[in-house]
This record gives sequence, structure tokens and C-alpha cells, in this order.
Amino acid sequence: MTTASSADHPTRRDFLFVATGAVAAVGTAAAVWPLVSQMNPDASTIAAGAPIEVDLAPIAEGQDIKVFWRGKPIYISHRTKKQIDEARSVPVASLPDPASDQSRVKEGHDQWLVVIGICTHLGCIPIAHEGNYDGFFCPCHGSQYDSSGRIRQGPAPANLPVPPYQFVSNTKIQIG
Amino acid sequence: MSGPSDFQLTNPALKWIERRLPIMGLVHSSFIAYPTPRNLNYWWTFGAILSMMLGVQILTGVILAMHYTPEATMAFKSVESIVRDVNYGWLLRNMHASGASMFFLAVYIHMFRGLYYGSYKEPREILWILGVIIYLLMMATGFMGYVLPWGQMSFWGATVITNLFSAVPYFGESIVTLLWGGYSVGNPTLNRFFSLHYLLPFVIAGVVVLHIWALHVAGQNNPAGVDVKTEKDTVPFTPHATIKDMFGTSCFLIFYAWFIFYMPNYLGDADNYIPANPGVTPAHIVPEWYYLPFYAILRSIPNKLAGVIAMFSAIIVLAFLPWLDSAKTRSSKYRPLAKQFFWIFVVVCILLGYLGAQPPEGIYVIAGRILTACYFAYFLIVLPLLARIETPRPLPNSIADDVLAKSSGKAAPMVSTIIAIMVAGGLLFGGAQSARAEDQDVPPSVKWSFAGPFGKFDRASMQRGLKVYKEVCSACHALSYIAFRNLGDPGGPGYSTAQAAALAAEYKVKDGPNDQGEMFERPGRPADYFPSPFPNEQAARVANGGAYPPDLSLITKARSYERGFPWFIFDFFSQFQEQGPNYVSAILQGFEDKPPAGVTIPDGSYYNKYFPGHAIKMPKPLSDGQVTFDDGSPATVAQYAHDVTTFLMWTAEPHMEARKRIGLQVFVFLILFAGLMYFTKKKVWADAH
Ligand code: FES
Repeated sequence: MTTASSADHPTRRDFLFVATGAVAAVGTAAAVWPLVSQMNPDASTIAAGAPIEVDLAPIAEGQDIKVFWRGKPIYISHRTKKQIDEARSVPVASLPDPASDQSRVKEGHDQWLVVIGICTHLGCIPIAHEGNYDGFFCPCHGSQYDSSGRIRQGPAPANLPVPPYQFVSNTKIQIG
Repeated sequence: MSGPSDFQLTNPALKWIERRLPIMGLVHSSFIAYPTPRNLNYWWTFGAILSMMLGVQILTGVILAMHYTPEATMAFKSVESIVRDVNYGWLLRNMHASGASMFFLAVYIHMFRGLYYGSYKEPREILWILGVIIYLLMMATGFMGYVLPWGQMSFWGATVITNLFSAVPYFGESIVTLLWGGYSVGNPTLNRFFSLHYLLPFVIAGVVVLHIWALHVAGQNNPAGVDVKTEKDTVPFTPHATIKDMFGTSCFLIFYAWFIFYMPNYLGDADNYIPANPGVTPAHIVPEWYYLPFYAILRSIPNKLAGVIAMFSAIIVLAFLPWLDSAKTRSSKYRPLAKQFFWIFVVVCILLGYLGAQPPEGIYVIAGRILTACYFAYFLIVLPLLARIETPRPLPNSIADDVLAKSSGKAAPMVSTIIAIMVAGGLLFGGAQSARAEDQDVPPSVKWSFAGPFGKFDRASMQRGLKVYKEVCSACHALSYIAFRNLGDPGGPGYSTAQAAALAAEYKVKDGPNDQGEMFERPGRPADYFPSPFPNEQAARVANGGAYPPDLSLITKARSYERGFPWFIFDFFSQFQEQGPNYVSAILQGFEDKPPAGVTIPDGSYYNKYFPGHAIKMPKPLSDGQVTFDDGSPATVAQYAHDVTTFLMWTAEPHMEARKRIGLQVFVFLILFAGLMYFTKKKVWADAH
């Protein structure tokens, strides 16, 4: 652009070219923004992702249910005494992704495990009550999670994540 | 392609590629070194503008397709959710919808330019025919695109246009059934139109490549119409033509942005904001403006098959233009007679367009026939005859001479100016006549807070309007495109998220099925939509004496009235587009207990001054004192009507404030940019003139 030669005012000419180019670049960048932004979740999707409430009363000990929040399956397990003890007896440091069972449940509600049921390997849905650790077993590539949803064996790198939730009463939680 | 091949690469990696795929050399010779006549005027920038528009349409179209659902029961709703919920969806949709009009406007200018300067003549016949093919493809694409929103005009446009093929003898019916994929326009039709609407732009792009290829073989025509002889006649494409094209394009963008941000519905039809209804045809079916001249030709022939043939011939005749006009002189600048007939032809086309939008009755039919005859006479009689009898003025020796001669003044095109003024006068007169013939009362123009380029919704008025809707209108009318969360959106009635949630909780919403497989009721949540008063259309009709109270979400955009000839031109500049709100507010105040003498209103209907035909099924909905406002605003019908209309304008276009705000920013930017481009262009061309 600036190679064009001119006897008079070479600097003014250069400035004009640079200014025009800069304004064009800014305009292009601004125009690209909406084209990219439209790919993000739209307002109705975001609104549909609002917190949900789940009644825990019907879930008997040893049972678990699957609910959907933001299109993700959430496992809610009513753990047995045995499952809790198993989860708490392993030395935390020996785990691939060290985390204590206490840190993965709400205090005073130790029997309730709430985890996002998406394998941290490549996103398959692990099956509850299967595998060697009284927890979850992912059929895709054989990852095994324990009764606290922590990875114990297999290719998955991390524990099943705990979604944001809180107890609104003793038998009701709000996820989100 | 042609052009000097002084292209040399030094970078070894690029050299390696170039030896295997000489793409950089191709680009260099086609768009950089390519010699372009130095006397091209701004009419020649429309090629670049068209390329840009094709790009814009493909880009926005691909994006819209990511959010659109081509299914008959969901298409209309999905378009609404694009403009309401998708980030910048309103912008993308406006760009695409007005973009179609801009594309056609540019192509018409491009075509008339070709016509005026004889760009179709030897050796550019193939170039011209490829252009006609592009134009045909554009028409097909534009038509199918217009069907996709699945509003009333979409549906009935599709019905009418596909029925053109039923005129074909013997096979007509089978062809139409084949096009529809059913016994009428329906879901299969919509689906295939979507598929083809997505396909054809890429076909257009392919033909555009051929068009440009042919252009670069034959070389560009120019205003003088003489061939390039020496290098003095040309300038290199880059930077000269590039920068000029970019300046032209940036000016065009300003014009385009005017529609996107300030007049998005100016070129559309209010009826298309009513969802498709196979049982009711709109009173006045009009295609998009860019088809109007051909529509006028179709209607002016009283025989079905002949009308269809005439309409298609009107386009096909263009392909034969290189042989119909055998005059050696290309540019009309040097053809005194051809020039005058050219302008007459332009006026004929515009008048045909005007007639295409008028009802096919009385004087309009006769005028349509005369103008149709003129249209064909131009191609079939005038041009062949002129080629034989006209003596052209002497041509300049070369393009360089033409450039030099330009500095010495130019003659005013007297004749064409006079014709244009006469025609404008005639139109004005005609418009005034037809306005007088109108017996309908035109809704009075109300002063709205949201009108004009800086218009904003009056929050207090919207909140009062919502109250009127809740206490009165909602008994019969749904508002199904509005979710409670919208009440807390920026640019809306100004409630907080908590207030919107509280408002939602006042409603009972049907949900389910639950674990027992039963539907149940629960308090509304912000994500829920306003519940409809009736479970279905049949229930609504039974409860309302056979009439279906329309959903009010879009009512202020779905209702309009004719503004008449001179006004629709002024409206473009004044950005007037409040027909809908004026109409709604007028209807609410237009009830009269006793119809005027001589007017009889059937049982179960009521007299309304502003309702077309005056007999409305809705009883007077509002009376003084019916709703009390907390802020002490007067409890009068006038106040109610004003407030509820303001509220309903927001429900029809929740992002109006964002549209106008971003519009202002875009305008400031584009004007700055076009200014800079102008000076850059002047600098670049300083040594070329
Ligand atoms: S996805 Fe679960 S193991 Fe691979």
C-alpha cells in the first residue's frame, strides 16, 4: 500500500492509507463479532438452564435416579452405609485424582452423592452400580468410578464432577 | 486470464506451490495487474457490490440456517425465535431479508448499466447471457427464500407462483403436484424449498465465476464503448479499480444499513407476520418489489397460458438482446435516439413495477396492457429498428481521448429529464386520485415514543400496557411469543429479574408428564411463556362467536394500511413505519355504538370506524375506568389504547432499542469509513487522471 511513490507529501499519503486500512480492520473485526456470537446458546436455551429442584424422598437407600439439568444427566445416589465407608476408607493420596469423600458431598447429608454422570474420558454415560468399586462403570473404554464418583481405574483422567447444588430442605435439593 | 504476466515470486516456498498450482499468478493477473479501462464510472462498481452482496447473503444465510427449522408447524416460530432469542439474530435476519432487496436493486442497476452502455454486444454476448442466467437463478432463490418464514405472504406467494406452471397444457397439474410434493403447498414444499434455497446461491456463485472469467477474456466495456487500444487506455486493477470499488461498496453499505437498522420492514409485507393459514388468502397478494414488473405483465394478459408465457418471455428476451440490437456503436452516449428510448424503457419498467403492486382493476389493467406492449416493443421493435435508422455521433478515438474530453462540460440530458418530470407528475396525480377514491378511514398518526432513529420505549407506558393486557386483552388473546423472562430484558418494560419471576409465579402453567405420566399445573417460571387463554383454535372460535382472536405478540407488525403514492417515498426518508401501532390504537378507539346511516352491521359484529369493512367480531374491549393505574395516569380508553399499543410494539420487536442504538454506531462508522475511502481513492487516482 505504501509503495506508491509521490513527490509531494509522502507522509500525509501514507497516513491516509494507514488510517483507512486501520478503520477497515476495526470495521471487519466488529462485523465478525455478531457472526461468532450467534453460535453461543440463545436466550431461551439459557433460560431453560435455570436451576431445578429435585425431591429426594422417593429414593430409597441403595437406589439412585438420573435427572437432566442443562441437557446433562445428573446421578443422585442414596448411598448405603457400606458405600460410604468404602469411599472413606481409601487413602486419599493413593487416588489418581485425590479428593476426600467429604469434599464431594454436603455436610450432614453424607448419604447423598450428586454427580454429573458424564465420563471424564470422552463423555459417555457411566452405568451406576457396576464395576469393582461399588460405583460407576463406563462401558466405552472401561473407566471405573467408586461410590464417591472418583476415578479409580481406566483411561478417564478425573473424578465425576459435582454440579452446583444445595439442600433446600432435608429431602429436596436445588441443582444449579 | 489476460493481462501482463510480469508476475515473479522470490520466496522459495511460494515458488514451490506456484509451480504446482499457479493460483497466485491467477489472482495476480485477474485482480491485480488486470488492465481496466481508465474511464469507468461509478456504475461499474456494481459488479463488486454484487459480489459483496452474494457473499453477505451466503454468510448470513448459512448462519440463519443454523437456527431455522424447515417444518411447517415450526418454521414461523423458529424465525421469531431467531430474532428474539439468538444473539444478534435480529441483525442477521434483517441483513438477510433486506440483503435480498439490495441484491436485486444492485443487479437491476448493473443490468440497466449494461443496457445503456451496450455491454452485451460483440464480443460480450456470452458474458451477458451468463448474467441473464444469474438473474434467473437469483429470482428462483429469492422466491424460495421468501417462502421460508412461512407467513401468509410466503404461503400464498408459493401457491400463486407454483400455480403458474399449471398453465402448461396437459402436464400442468402433474408439474404442480411434483413441485409441491403433495396436493397443496405444505410441509414437503417448505422442505424442498429450503433445500433448494440453500443450494442455489452456490450455483449462482459458480456461474458468477464463469461470468467473471468471460469478462476477463473479453475485457471490460467502458462508458465510451470503444475498445482498449494502448496501455494508455488502462490502469491496473489494483489499486485503481479495487479502491474505487471499495469506495462504491462502502457508499452502498450506508444505503443498505439504512434498511437493516431503521427500515427493516419497509420493503416487506405486514401479512407475512401472520403465520401461514391455508384457509384464508390475504386480501391483496403482492410479490416482493423486485418481481413486480413481471407480475404486472402476467396480470395484464387476460389468458392464463398467454400471461405466463408473456411473463417468462419478458425475462428470456434479455438473452437475445445481443442479436436484437445489432447497432455497431455500443455506448448510448453516442446514440441520441437509443439514449432517449433507454430512459423511456427505464420509466416503463418502474411504472410496471408500480402497477404490479396495484389491485388489478379499472385503469390499472389498461395501463398495464399498454406498458406491457411498450416493454416488448422496446426489445422487438425499437432496438432492431434503431440499429438500422439511427446515425450515431462520432466516437472518441480512444479511451484516453474520452477521459480528456470529459473535462470540457457535458450537455444536459434535456429530453430524459422532461420525461422523468412528466412521469413523476402523472404518478403523483394518479396517487392523489386513488387516495381520494379510498372510502376507508385512515388511522390517525399518533406520536409514539419509539418512532424515529432515536426512538425508545416509554417504560411507564409499557408497564401500564402490560396491565391492560393482563386485565383485559388476555381474556381472549394469546401472547405466546413472550416469556416472562423477557419482561426483565434490557430494552423491555424495565422490570427486574426478580419482578419478572414474581409475575411468572402468579400464573399457573401446565407441565408434565410427571413420573406417573400425568400432566400437572405448577406456578410459572421466568422461562415459561404467557399461557394462552384457549387450549386451541377451535376452542377460541367457539368462545368468540366463530372468530379467532389473533395472538397479539406480533400484531403491531402484522397490521398495516396503504400509505399511497407520494407518502411511501417520503416514509423512506422520515423512517415512518408506525402503521401497525397507529392501526392497533385506532381500532381500540374506533368503536361506535351506532353505525352511521346507511351502514348495516351483521349480527354478532360491531361497527368499527377503522376496521376494513367496518364490521369487526370483537366487541368494544375497553371503556373508561376499566383499569386503574397506580401512577395516576388517566383511566381513559385513549390512554389504555396508547399504553397497550406501546407494550405490543415491544412484544412485536423486543430488540428495537438495540437495533436503533447499534444502527447509530454503524452509521457513524460507515460515514467515517466512506469518507476515508473517498480521499484514499482520490490519492490513488491522482496520477491516473
Ligand atoms: S468415555 Fe468413559 S471410558 Fe472412555
